[in-house]
Formats: sequence, C-alpha cells, structure tokens
Amino acid sequence: MKLNLNKEKIIENTLFVMNLISILITISIFIILFSESIMFFKKTPLLTFLTGTSWTPLFKPQNFGVLPLVLGTFTIVIFSSFISIPIGLLSAIYISEYASRKVRSIVKPIIEILGGIPSIVYGYFALNMITPIIRNIIPNVSIYNALSAAIAVGIMTIPMVMSLSEDAMKAVPKSLRENAYALGLTKFEVVIGVVIPAAFSGIVASFILAISRAIGETMIVALAAGSTPKFTLNPFESIQTMTGFIVQITQGDVVEGSIESQSLYAVAMLLFLITLGMNLFSKYIVDKYREEY
Amino acid sequence: MSLKKRKNADRIFYVMLVLAIIFTLFILVLLFSDIFKKGLSHLNLDFFNSFSSRFPNKSGIRAALLGSLWTVILSVLIATVLGIGTAIYLEEYAPKNKFTSILKVNISNLAGIPSVIYGILGLSIFVRYLNFGRTIISGSLTLALLILPTIIVSSQEALKTVPKEMKEGSYALGATKWQTIKKIVLPYSFPGILTGMILGVSRAFGESAPLVVIGGAASIWFQPKGIFDEFTTLPLQIFNWAARPQAEFQNIAAAGIIVLLVLVVIINLTAILLRNRYQDRM
Repeated sequence: MKLNLNKEKIIENTLFVMNLISILITISIFIILFSESIMFFKKTPLLTFLTGTSWTPLFKPQNFGVLPLVLGTFTIVIFSSFISIPIGLLSAIYISEYASRKVRSIVKPIIEILGGIPSIVYGYFALNMITPIIRNIIPNVSIYNALSAAIAVGIMTIPMVMSLSEDAMKAVPKSLRENAYALGLTKFEVVIGVVIPAAFSGIVASFILAISRAIGETMIVALAAGSTPKFTLNPFESIQTMTGFIVQITQGDVVEGSIESQSLYAVAMLLFLITLGMNLFSKYIVDKYREEY
Repeated sequence: MSLKKRKNADRIFYVMLVLAIIFTLFILVLLFSDIFKKGLSHLNLDFFNSFSSRFPNKSGIRAALLGSLWTVILSVLIATVLGIGTAIYLEEYAPKNKFTSILKVNISNLAGIPSVIYGILGLSIFVRYLNFGRTIISGSLTLALLILPTIIVSSQEALKTVPKEMKEGSYALGATKWQTIKKIVLPYSFPGILTGMILGVSRAFGESAPLVVIGGAASIWFQPKGIFDEFTTLPLQIFNWAARPQAEFQNIAAAGIIVLLVLVVIINLTAILLRNRYQDRM
C-alpha cells in the first residue's frame, strides 16, 4: 500500500512539472526578446527606434525608426476592422437572436469553417482575387497593397468576432428580452436596447481580440501587403508590417549577431508587448464590466 | 417615433443582418471556387508524387505532405501529453492560491501571443541554442508550444464536465485520486479532450508563420527519413510558390491549397460534429 501512495505522489509531481513548462515558455520569450533587444538598443537609442520615421535596415544608410512598420500594422488593423467588426457583429446578432434552430445549425458551422482556414490560403486569396478586383476599380494601385491584405485579414477574423459576440449574447437571460417585449418593443429595439448593452463587455472583448489577431497576422501581409516600410496610412500603397519584417529578415541571409538580426528581436519585442497589452486589456474589460445574472 | 417607422427600422435591420450572413457565405464560395478553378487541373497523381521543381508543371507536394505528416504528428503528440497533464493538475490537484491563478492567467496569455513570436522562440532555443538546426524536430517542438494552450484549455473544459458525484462515488469505493482520474475522469471527458486534440491537429497543419521564421521554407528535394532531417510542409510549400511572380506557380499553389483545404475542412468538421454531439452533456 505504501508503494501505491508513493506512486500517487510521483504522478502529482510530474503533473506539476508539466505546468511549469507553460510558465517556462513565457519566461523564455521574455528573456530571448529582452536580451537580444538590449544589444540592439546599445547601438540604436530607444528613442530613435520609437520615434524614427525611416526603417531601412537592409541597405545603407541604415535607419532604425520603427514607426513605418507600426503604421503599416495600424493600416491593416484599421481597414480589417471595417470588415470584421460590423460583419462579425451583425452575423452574431442574426445567429443568436433571429435564426431558427435549423438555420443556425447549418450557418454556424459554415462560418466556423471560414475561421479554420489557414492564413496562407487567405494570403493567396488576397493576392489572386482581392488585389485584381481593387486594381480593376482603381487602376493605378500597386500589386502589393495594404488594402488587399487588410480585407483578407478582416474576412479571416469575422468568425472570431461572431462566435465570441454570440457567446456573450447567448448568456443574456431570456427574461430580460421578454420583459422588453412585454413593454411593446420591436425585435430591433430589444436587440439594440437590451441584448447588446447586456452583452457589451463580451462584444468589446471580441473586437479587441480580433484586432490583436490582426496585429499578429503574418502570412497574409507577407504575401499581399508588400515589403516596403512607409510612413503612411494610405491603404493603396505597398507597405510593411512588423510581422512582415520578421518574415522578410528570417528569409534572407542575415548574419546572426549583426544589427539587422538584432533589429528583428526589437521589432518582435514591440509586437509582443502590444499584443500582450491588448489581451490583458480585453480581460480587464470582461472582468470589470461583466453583468452577472 | 410612429409605430410605422419603428416597424420599418425593424425590417431594415433584419435585411442588414441577412446581408451580413450572405456576404460571409458569398466570400466562402468565391474563395473555394477561385481556388478550385485555378488548381484543379494540376491535381493528379504526379502532383502528389513529385518534389518541388523550377518547372511548375513538374512540381509536386511529396516532400511537403510527408513533412506536414511528421511535424503534425510529433507536435500533437508532445502537446497532448503536456496539455492533458497540465489540465489535470489545474483541475484536479492545484490548490487555490496565488501561484495557481498565475498559472491560469499565463496560459490564457500564451494563447494570445502571435504565432510568429513562437517562431522566434523556436529559432532561438531549438535551432540555435540546442543546435537542432532547421529540422523536423525543431519545427515540431515549435508547433507543439504553439498549440499547447489550445489543448490545455479544451482539456480543462472537458475535465470540468465530469459530475462531482461520479468522482465522489469512486472515492467512496476506496479508489485513490489517480485511480479515479484514470478510470472515471479521463474516460468521461475523453470526447472533449479529443475535440481539443483535433483542433490542435488542424492548427498545426495549417500554421506557417513560425515555420517560416525557423527556416523551413527552402525547397526540399528528398523525403524526410528522421527527426533530424530538413523539411518543408504543405503551407510552407504553398507560400514558396505563391510568393513567385509567374502565373503558373500561382496555379500550382492553388492545387496545393486544394489539398490543404480539403484536409483542414475534414479535420475541423470532425471536431465540430464531435463537439455538437457531446455538447448537451457539457
């Protein structure tokens, strides 16, 4: 019997050690990004990095102002949100409030499939479908442009907004809706006046997570947005995002330990901190504004 | 506002909702039809049996499919063992204290880190520090870390559905904690855990950004034989083709995408159906 209890203890400890691995991942990311970034910031002052408007690490004279990459990412975020947020929210309202059981059981899995499609496929779609359509409408747009990539990122994040918002709306108790109907409100008024306010924190969290996903999206922008960092928010130009730069530099023959290689870590660090901040913010919103029923 | 206006607003809103759904479904149809139109004619036995080539017509996905198979199986195995272990500890053993809540917050943050950052982690630790090089094992370990949070969270959800009465019944019969977990908790939560695993498979199979970063994007002209061989995967091969300017390579990329899409859709549908079937219980 004693042996048996030993076994119990060993199992519990093994499982505990497995838990430490997830902590170890976070710590490793911090250590790697910090230590390499510090080397970079010894050569380029932090202020120059954060406020410079020219990013040319791969040719002379080298400039390490990260703002063009940040604006590139912003352009993608802004224009993708114009698609993912309205379409995702409206779809969620339809599925949660209007669809019959049967329609819901067909439409929801189909949209979820859209969310499971690998991002490389959306990159291909942007380059071969969206870009030609844009260039048909506005002929002098360059082949690689931010708008095409942003539309693809927007489409990709629709299912995320939809399913998280729908979860939030489903959690609103039926009695709230019925009370509103009893007062003689139309369905539209119930949705706008009761359901959305009651599910607000969950809906906002879904927007933030979709934006965070757009910031980190890599393959679509690497394929369709171009590789020319520009200090602009003009969606018709070829740009580069933070993630796009990371792909570009790891694809080339950059020497390990060179300033170009270290700039990769500084950009990755910035990307990491921004997305971490957004995720913590969304959690804060959910916790703070959650309505308990 | 008059009743008529209110009813009109109600109708307009409904039309907007339906349009939003139609837009999404239309995009899905457009995406699939475009890719099938471009790629279907390249899809033949040679395409599955050839390696990548300078000539689009001789290019195939043999190395890419085998590479995907290696990396997906390895990464899901690693992540499943770690993920289920972590979930069991958090749900069944962990004391309610500060450290446990740090563990939980940490896992949900890991899920939100962009995949390209995992690539940098893999490049720094597995490729350079442990000196595994740009090989299958480096790729698999990187993907395993990436899908670990998904598997932990879905396993946790599954473990939570086990009724307390069943566990207490087991304890009342004199079973130890581990016996209860092994004989009662795990079998009961198996469908939920399996769903998480399948989602992990789908994610690992379609993911390309971290593998591009650790350097698996080069063309491979041989089939991998072990975990220390260099590799490419299906999404990487598609990226490689789609990034070339020639139109012919775009069509070859479309053929690769058809294979990728068919497999991913089958995998995801399995997970969705499995989840719907056992949802009532949860």
